[in-house]
Amino acid sequence: MSTPFRTPAGGRIDRATTLQFTFDGLGFTGHPGDTLASALLAAGRHQVATSIKLGRPRGIAAAWAEDPGGLVQVEEPFPEPMLLASTVELFDGLVAHGLPGQGRLADVPDSARYDAVHHHVDVLVVGAGPAGLTAALTAARAGARVALVDEQSEAGGSLLSGTDRIDGVPALEWVSNAVAELARHPEVLHLQRTTAFGVYDDGFALALERRTDHLGAAAPKEVSRQRVWRLRARSIVTATGAHERPVVFADNDRPGTMLAGAARTFLHRYGVLPGREAVVFTTNDSAYDAALDLHRAGVRVQAVVEARPEAPPHRREECERAGIRVLPGAVVTGTQGVERVTHALVAPFSDGQVGTSSAVACDVLLVSGGWNPAVHLFSQARGRLRYDEGLGAFVPGEEVDGLSVAGSAAGVLDLAGCLADGQRVARETLSALAIDPAADDRLPSAPEPVAPTAPLVLWRVPDTSGAEGATQFVDLQRDATVADIARAVGAGLRSIEHVKRYTTIGTAHDQGKTSGVLTSGITAELLGVPVRDTGTTTFRPPYTPVAFAALAGRDRGSLFDPERVTALHQWHVAAGAVFEDVGQWKRPRYYPEPGEDMEAAVLRECAAARTGVGILDGSTLGKIDVQGPDAAVLLDRLYTNLISSLKVGSVRYGVMCGVDGMVIDDGTVLRLAEDRFLVLTTTGGAAKILDWMEEWVQTEWPDLRVHCTSVTEQWVTFPVVGPRSRDVVGALFPDVNVSNEAFPFMTWRDTSLEGVPVRLARISFSGELAFEVYVSPWYAVAVWQRLLEAGRPYGITPYGTETMHVLRAEKGYPIIGQDTDGTVTPHDLGMAWAVSKKKPDFVGKRSFARQANQDPRRKQLVGLLPVDRQTVLPEGSQIVEFLADGELPPPPVPMLGHVTSSYRSAELARPFALALVKGGRERIGDTVHVPVNGTLVPVEVTGSVLVDPEGARRDG
Amino acid sequence: MQLIPCPWCGPREEAEFHYGGQAHVPYPDDPAALSDEEWAHYVFFRDNTKGRFAERWNHNAGCRRWFNAVRDTTTYRFESVYRLDHPKPVTP
Amino acid sequence: MAELLRTHPLEAWTSAFERLPDTVRITVEPFVATVDVRLGAVGPEVRTHLGVDLPTAPNTWVPADAGRAVWLGPDEWLLSSTTETPEELEARVRAAVLPLGGSATDVSAQRIGLRLTGARVRDVLAKGCSIDLHPRVFGRGSSAQTSLGQAGVVLLALSDAGDDHVVLVRSSFAGYLADWLLDAALEFTTTPDR
Repeated sequence: MSTPFRTPAGGRIDRATTLQFTFDGLGFTGHPGDTLASALLAAGRHQVATSIKLGRPRGIAAAWAEDPGGLVQVEEPFPEPMLLASTVELFDGLVAHGLPGQGRLADVPDSARYDAVHHHVDVLVVGAGPAGLTAALTAARAGARVALVDEQSEAGGSLLSGTDRIDGVPALEWVSNAVAELARHPEVLHLQRTTAFGVYDDGFALALERRTDHLGAAAPKEVSRQRVWRLRARSIVTATGAHERPVVFADNDRPGTMLAGAARTFLHRYGVLPGREAVVFTTNDSAYDAALDLHRAGVRVQAVVEARPEAPPHRREECERAGIRVLPGAVVTGTQGVERVTHALVAPFSDGQVGTSSAVACDVLLVSGGWNPAVHLFSQARGRLRYDEGLGAFVPGEEVDGLSVAGSAAGVLDLAGCLADGQRVARETLSALAIDPAADDRLPSAPEPVAPTAPLVLWRVPDTSGAEGATQFVDLQRDATVADIARAVGAGLRSIEHVKRYTTIGTAHDQGKTSGVLTSGITAELLGVPVRDTGTTTFRPPYTPVAFAALAGRDRGSLFDPERVTALHQWHVAAGAVFEDVGQWKRPRYYPEPGEDMEAAVLRECAAARTGVGILDGSTLGKIDVQGPDAAVLLDRLYTNLISSLKVGSVRYGVMCGVDGMVIDDGTVLRLAEDRFLVLTTTGGAAKILDWMEEWVQTEWPDLRVHCTSVTEQWVTFPVVGPRSRDVVGALFPDVNVSNEAFPFMTWRDTSLEGVPVRLARISFSGELAFEVYVSPWYAVAVWQRLLEAGRPYGITPYGTETMHVLRAEKGYPIIGQDTDGTVTPHDLGMAWAVSKKKPDFVGKRSFARQANQDPRRKQLVGLLPVDRQTVLPEGSQIVEFLADGELPPPPVPMLGHVTSSYRSAELARPFALALVKGGRERIGDTVHVPVNGTLVPVEVTGSVLVDPEGARRDG
Repeated sequence: MQLIPCPWCGPREEAEFHYGGQAHVPYPDDPAALSDEEWAHYVFFRDNTKGRFAERWNHNAGCRRWFNAVRDTTTYRFESVYRLDHPKPVTP
Repeated sequence: MAELLRTHPLEAWTSAFERLPDTVRITVEPFVATVDVRLGAVGPEVRTHLGVDLPTAPNTWVPADAGRAVWLGPDEWLLSSTTETPEELEARVRAAVLPLGGSATDVSAQRIGLRLTGARVRDVLAKGCSIDLHPRVFGRGSSAQTSLGQAGVVLLALSDAGDDHVVLVRSSFAGYLADWLLDAALEFTTTPDR
């Protein structure tokens, strides 16, 4: 497609290179430096989409992120919805189409990389326009660590859209010198295509850098496509510029209607004419630049419609010289055309009264209602805004610690003023940081503005169309109009936050960049209150949309959550283990042999441990070394049972409770010396229990002479389990007398293997004869293999967590966190025996005496045996009360408790379960019912110990 | 991401810390001597202060030390941090 | 019987590390005997008993004979020795600090060390470490316990140029951190400067 609206020369585009792209199925061309919007305009295309609710044609209305019109979906190189044509940099092969307000996410994973980087600076400058560049230069020259971020593809900000001169040279030459100078300062990070989208506490700002978006399919795969910069600044300077504000009139959404400043941007930056015949509608001086520049570029400017009673004299003279008609005291009341403006309706306007309108032919209607400082980041930093009557805009109203605003973001709207403000703010910032400005820091010079005149604050033109504001669009993306605001106010809403939610204005993709202040103004007008009383809605991050992929960064796939593995992990993988996630740990769940499913493998592994010998990698158990003369005192205070009476060389099982008396962890304690214990916690409790101990020692009992150190990864733990475990351990450690008499249950012995220290402990989590083997992880693989070799004659069988669970559940050993839920006391678990009656106090003791903890109807841990000997009850199943006649009582059905653990038992040759049941121990022998898939399964309540209740097997 | 000033390590990101609730709530000298209600107040009840609040923090991902802080619950600002063996600072 | 073989959790990563460019060099530190030392008050008597100084400035480390002494907290240090076995080191240090009310625990296998050298190392670390690693702030002798990615680490600066660091990480997180580092270094393996 040809580009009839491209100027013959000029602009920041590379005319020597032509890019092909497809929009709405049609082929177009453009150049590097174009945006999708500028390339479409070059082809004469304004309409991009239709609107979300009303289906009205919508076009490109602005040149950057404030555009409420040009929503597109990119399809190639990768689907991405809800982008603005004005912010999509053009690349070869781009395929896109217009969007009626809603897009489509890709249905395949995004193969692009995204990452995040932390960076610390003295001064973060947001915005590389005249104020931001000056501020960055002043800070950089002073030797400060500086970050300068700007969302455009190149520095310059508003200078890219005009013909200004700085220091006597074209402004962009000054910009390029400034950028070169910044690059020479080693402590300056200068990022373009980077949007600071959020300001948070303590100088923390997030910025999104679009690193390879503009390269399209040519983007290198190893480089992140987008990067979130996590910037920590001692001080922040926002020089974010200002957004031009439209004036609302009837049919102001018709394609061809555009902000006046945007037309200048398209002309000067992209070499594109927005049309052939223009009408310019303004309330302030700035739009005259657009009118005159377009005139010089060959656009026929039909009229400047000036809402003020008098046009500024020198502007009027310039227009007269150029032959441009200026109509003071006039407004645009509406537009004509179908999918593109053909006429602007122009009417006299005085004292708020609109006269009869006449049609002025045009193919583009440029509008300027003044400028809104981009105060978003200031407001996010909890800065209060102040309504400036003169500007008709909200400006920063007070100082905020660590954040200053410079240039037009602070309401300074002329170039010389912005340059001076940038330097002033930077110097103040440096002074607050006790950094001296450089002696050679010079203020760049620009011409003072010629006799500026005050703008007229005009939010909307009175509707003379008879539609009562129903076609006067305030938020184009939400299809929300003046009539909608009137309806909200009519419904009694007064707060601007309520009007926002009622009308949805400001909730779309652009978050109200053009509509927000208009809504404040129009609402104030309708309520008859000052705008300062209406205020604005709250500005929240992100300033512009950020893809979830960018926020996720590299925390996806295998890096989403760390996988903790034991020293034996590679062995488990090679052995074909099926893994289970236990917290962050990867633990072998079972080791299937060819053709086995989990049930078959677990039955085999259980049988081995109960009748021969099995071996488990138990290394994930938490381990804490407790040392010091008061070590026993500490443990006595934290465990429910007595630890201080434990002899060196012995082991004791213990339970820990919170102050509320509920079980928080359990495990065994080895006394290594008078003043030293090894505390074993559950896998999940390792970090929690160390923290728990530290908390008590540091905050309550700093007088105790005791230290706790995590040794979880200092020792691997291999339980060798089963009637033949003594043979295996005895064979590998011949110097240890493994007889029951010399090495009784709940004792430990130190030995060595090839000079490597090894600790053996007779601890059993299965009820079987068992030896836990402890050794340094450095030797884990070697020792594990020696154990397998020693066990081969006995058919030693590695088993996983599933078998471990079956074996422990058959013995009624609870898993804290599975069979308990933070509301279970040791007594509820049937472990009154583990609660000392001798100790005057320990953590949790006082709570046991509370009345609620004495209630015999508390839920207690019991066993369940399905009567049909077949059903494996799903864990979490409810246990229900049953009527005597065999019927389920009417709802609400009384709940007795729930199934906490449930397995198929090789030993019992039937399924069984553990459950927390109200008054459970009283119900032993009763039959209760568990609904499973719509049928009620009768189950017999039993004691929790189902295998070897007399404990005969633990000694072999 | 707020910074919390660890008395030992200096300012670190809040994600490195664990909150420990209200400070200066000592474990009772003789829990057995307390009524159920008094004990319940120790276990479950804490102030819900608007404004300056003395609370406990732990630099969990750093030096693992517990410390006390006075924080304004309306602004989240940490006004001071102090060691456990130091008294609560007098604030205006 | 042959002597027991030692295995390192990152054996499988060695060749991937070897493919990294000089700007991001990662090498696995040899196993080293290390104890966690706890001691309430540190005065001149510590040197007399222990033979080395324990740094008292938070977030610092000092060379200690043929090892390092790293500040972990106001009463906690990591003390390593390349000349003793873990058992020898624990026994010696424990005997030395017990009279001072201290304790010592062998934690030699609790963590593994990675040496990161090269001009881009700081950029790699900055992808997951929130503290300021600028050499002016984090020069030789600095240390920090903090998070790198989602792993808790002890980070030591070995140079004043920000191009030489040791990362100590819990052994069970070693594979995660190795994967994380390799992924973070990817852009420096084939592309020159940004």
